[in-house]
Amino acid sequence: MAKSKQKNARAHAAGAPPEPPLPPEFKTLAVDDEPAPPKRRATAESMATRQRDISVSEFFTKNRHLLGFDNPAKALLTTVKEAVDNSLDACEEAGILPELYVEIRETSAAQLAQVKPGAGKGGKGGKASEAEAAVGPGPASRFRVIVEDNGPGIVKAQIPKIFAKLLYGSKFHRLKQSRGQQGIGISAAGLYGQLTTGKPVLITSKTGKGRPAFQIQLRIDTKHNQPDVVGDTTVEWPKEHGTRVEIELVAAYRGGRTGVQEYLEQTVVANPHLALTYVNPKGERAEFPRVTSELPREAQEIKPHPHGVELGMLHTMLSDSEGKTVKQVLVDDFSRISPAVAAEVCRIAKMNVSTPAEKVVGDDLERLHKALGLVKVMAPSATAVVPIGESLLIAGLKRRYQKAEFYISMTRPPSVYRGNPFVVEAGLAFGGDLPVDEPADIMRFANRVPLQYQPKACAISESVYLTNWRGYEVQQPKGGLPVAPMAIAVHLASVWVPFTSEAKEAVAHYDELLREMKLAVQECGRKLAAHIRARAHLERDAKRRSMFEKYIPEVAQSISDILGVPKDKAEQSFYAALPNFVRFTDEGPANGGNGGGGAPPGAAAAKTPAAKTLAAKPAPDPTPPPPIKGKPKARAGKRGEQLSLTE
Amino acid sequence: MAAKKTATKTAKKQSDTVATAGSSKSASPSSSQRASQKKSAVDANTLSKIEKLARQTLGEATKGNNPALDIRTRTLSNVSFNEKKKIIELGDRTQSREFFNTGMVRKFMQTMLVASKCKNLIDEGKTVSIRQMYYLSKHNLPGSNENTFEDQNESDPIIEDLEVGIDALREELHLFATRKGSVVGRMVIDDSGDRIDLARMGRGGWSIPSIVEPEVLKFVEYKADFILFVEKDAVFTRLNEDGFWRKNNCILMTSMGQATRGARRLLQRISQELKIPIYVLVDNDPWGLYIYSVLKQGSINLAYESMRMAVPGVRFLGMSAFDYDKFKLTPAVQIKLKQEDVTRAEQMKAYPWFKDKKWQREIQGLLDNKFKMEVDGFLTKSISFITEEYIPKKLRDKDYLQ
Repeated sequence: MAKSKQKNARAHAAGAPPEPPLPPEFKTLAVDDEPAPPKRRATAESMATRQRDISVSEFFTKNRHLLGFDNPAKALLTTVKEAVDNSLDACEEAGILPELYVEIRETSAAQLAQVKPGAGKGGKGGKASEAEAAVGPGPASRFRVIVEDNGPGIVKAQIPKIFAKLLYGSKFHRLKQSRGQQGIGISAAGLYGQLTTGKPVLITSKTGKGRPAFQIQLRIDTKHNQPDVVGDTTVEWPKEHGTRVEIELVAAYRGGRTGVQEYLEQTVVANPHLALTYVNPKGERAEFPRVTSELPREAQEIKPHPHGVELGMLHTMLSDSEGKTVKQVLVDDFSRISPAVAAEVCRIAKMNVSTPAEKVVGDDLERLHKALGLVKVMAPSATAVVPIGESLLIAGLKRRYQKAEFYISMTRPPSVYRGNPFVVEAGLAFGGDLPVDEPADIMRFANRVPLQYQPKACAISESVYLTNWRGYEVQQPKGGLPVAPMAIAVHLASVWVPFTSEAKEAVAHYDELLREMKLAVQECGRKLAAHIRARAHLERDAKRRSMFEKYIPEVAQSISDILGVPKDKAEQSFYAALPNFVRFTDEGPANGGNGGGGAPPGAAAAKTPAAKTLAAKPAPDPTPPPPIKGKPKARAGKRGEQLSLTE
Repeated sequence: MAAKKTATKTAKKQSDTVATAGSSKSASPSSSQRASQKKSAVDANTLSKIEKLARQTLGEATKGNNPALDIRTRTLSNVSFNEKKKIIELGDRTQSREFFNTGMVRKFMQTMLVASKCKNLIDEGKTVSIRQMYYLSKHNLPGSNENTFEDQNESDPIIEDLEVGIDALREELHLFATRKGSVVGRMVIDDSGDRIDLARMGRGGWSIPSIVEPEVLKFVEYKADFILFVEKDAVFTRLNEDGFWRKNNCILMTSMGQATRGARRLLQRISQELKIPIYVLVDNDPWGLYIYSVLKQGSINLAYESMRMAVPGVRFLGMSAFDYDKFKLTPAVQIKLKQEDVTRAEQMKAYPWFKDKKWQREIQGLLDNKFKMEVDGFLTKSISFITEEYIPKKLRDKDYLQ
């Protein structure tokens, strides 16, 4: 158990471009490897008595921060997030327009699980203390999280493994853009619930019309990391298909930037195709109907690109090659490597092309790795990356900020970061009922998932800070966030999102990423500036108009007093002349224009610039239309050629 | 300019005193008749000018054009010194005051408002001070916290604008400026039916009204040899008490600082009709010189009225910068020149009407002295040194500038 965990952890870490230092827990889990003291303190035999399996609950408690259960408030967010992300991924993969129901119900005041004999098979020590350890600091109470989707459902046999076995999933093994990646999320949430409340996870799932809906109660056997089915019934479920997850846990409900509400609202922005119903602990119901029935194009799975592969990953690929030569592995298992390129790689690595792959170890392995980084190859295919798209991002923003006066978005062309294709897009809502004198709201998204923690450490925030907003008619304290009635969304879509830490809370600062982010944000800024200027122009004209209108009655009165003509008549003459002198559009001054009233009415004119800006925005997505049912792989290559990038 | 400011400040006080003086005089029945009598050709002419302005404004607006009023600009750059006539004249450069112009619309409204109030005054045969005109036309603009006029500094220039804009004099608009100034001396006048002997005005003198046109003010008897105009009331009182005008058979006048329109017009009329010389006694500082300059050739601001106000022949009796040595004054009379005095003196040196060599010498003398002097400074010599020594000697020696 311990060994497999270490291996998994390493494998996971291996894929991450910035090799994260292993947390000290990993080192101390199995062995006490203190520096050798001058005096023997223990023998191998005595030490052997202390070497044993580690229970997942113990592992969980010690690595809480990596999994997003640092404290009760975050535990609630993580639980919702894992469930929602899973649902969305499942719906999209199945080609179903997602329709989600999320409810958080407060079940009782803070109360940790009582010691129940036999409740958990792994519970050797006191259950209560284990529960306390799992909760983390902060005030807490007990909640029931319910997430229900209309996804494809899960076959009954898989349900226990998916929800009650840590490190089990479909997404970990492939290079494909998706929300969840670790395969630990939802089962960790279930484990957390179990540890804190003693309650099993309740899963209801149905895979199709006419099929039965299974309702399964699950526990995790924390000793063996195995699911333990404690209840199994068939229920009536009006839904055609879908999955419902219920987890009871000790947590804290909070509002604000890191709250569940914020997460869902941001999710709504990044997923315009999602229909969401949310019931908060107060019983308040919020509905977000979908604004598009267009599903995101399915992301293509790609093979590792030679420039992005890590040493550990390369080693695994080679050793798993089952008798292939190095050249064969390179050609088969990498993208963009032709036989000629493979030969070139081997030449640079001073290696025979027909060397059996398993035999490449040690210095050879390192040389090969270096050679892969040096060789000239095409950039990876961009089909693996699916952005939200400009018009849909605007639709998403409109869903959250319904009363803003201006929306703009920008999707950058695909680009490459260390062999990983990525796309950055930015969107912006401005004005209306957004707060005027507060720093702009920044929404950070990685593969459509909102990032709510550690904004200061994130490259996305950095791209907003680094933009000179003053150039875009927006206030900005030195080195600070722009202060304006504004919300900015930045989305990074990538096969591999480089996070600063395993907690996956902030995107790492890589030049290629930051550059694209800045370009996207700046483009939105430029369009915003044009809008603000147009608006200022209109305001100026309105001010002018009101100024003339203020004095017309006075002048009319004077003229009436002098000439004895009716005041109304005199006023009318001036009002009739007014449109000749107040500019309603960008056209030149109407100075000296003859004949009354040629200009359009003010109200209609006031709308023009905003509408124009929106219309001027390039509508089509730079990404190809959703491809292909049937044989994505067959086409992938060709499509990739068309979309090939320059690195 | 500064004079006008002072005028504004004291305006209220002034109009009060005038009111009392008027009421004491109104014992005579003629004052009320004056109004109806005065509804003359002049008034009809002024009315038609105001109506023309209103009609043109309305006409342009009706045509969809921008109503505008051409106002000759009253700045240094638009005045010129007429070498022949020796007066400052307003140039032809005009500024168009437009209604549909955010920078001008308020002033346009104000001009029309004042015009309508002036028509009202003419219709009713009444005359008000410019401060009263301010109150007459001040009211809140409906639906705002803005008034048609916020203070008199705003309305005074509008009145001047209207004067030049429709080419009507202030008096013709039934407005009078603040009155300042007194006159005593060998002369009998008729002020709208009241006969006044200026030799019997006691210590205060006769206060000079704003309107001194021949229709209302006539010179009945005059035997003075000259007029002495002094800048300061204190000097006037000193000379009056010493009986200067009796001994020297002259008229004594003051305007308490910068000369008002009434005082200047009166001086011009006396100069033209009596054909006697006018001497001016002001302090030896740039300000005093400027008072003299305005009397002589007009001011920049009222350049459009120079023709009927300037007295090119007026003589500068003193104080001269060179009087310090001539009369052996002591350092006790010295007041250090301030930077602003120096700047002002330099400016005046550059005016075309001070280009004459003797004026350059005089102003340079002031600058070289590095101090200024007040006429009152002669009291360092003795109480009546001015009356008994200074002025007689200056007159005797013909020690004046022109």
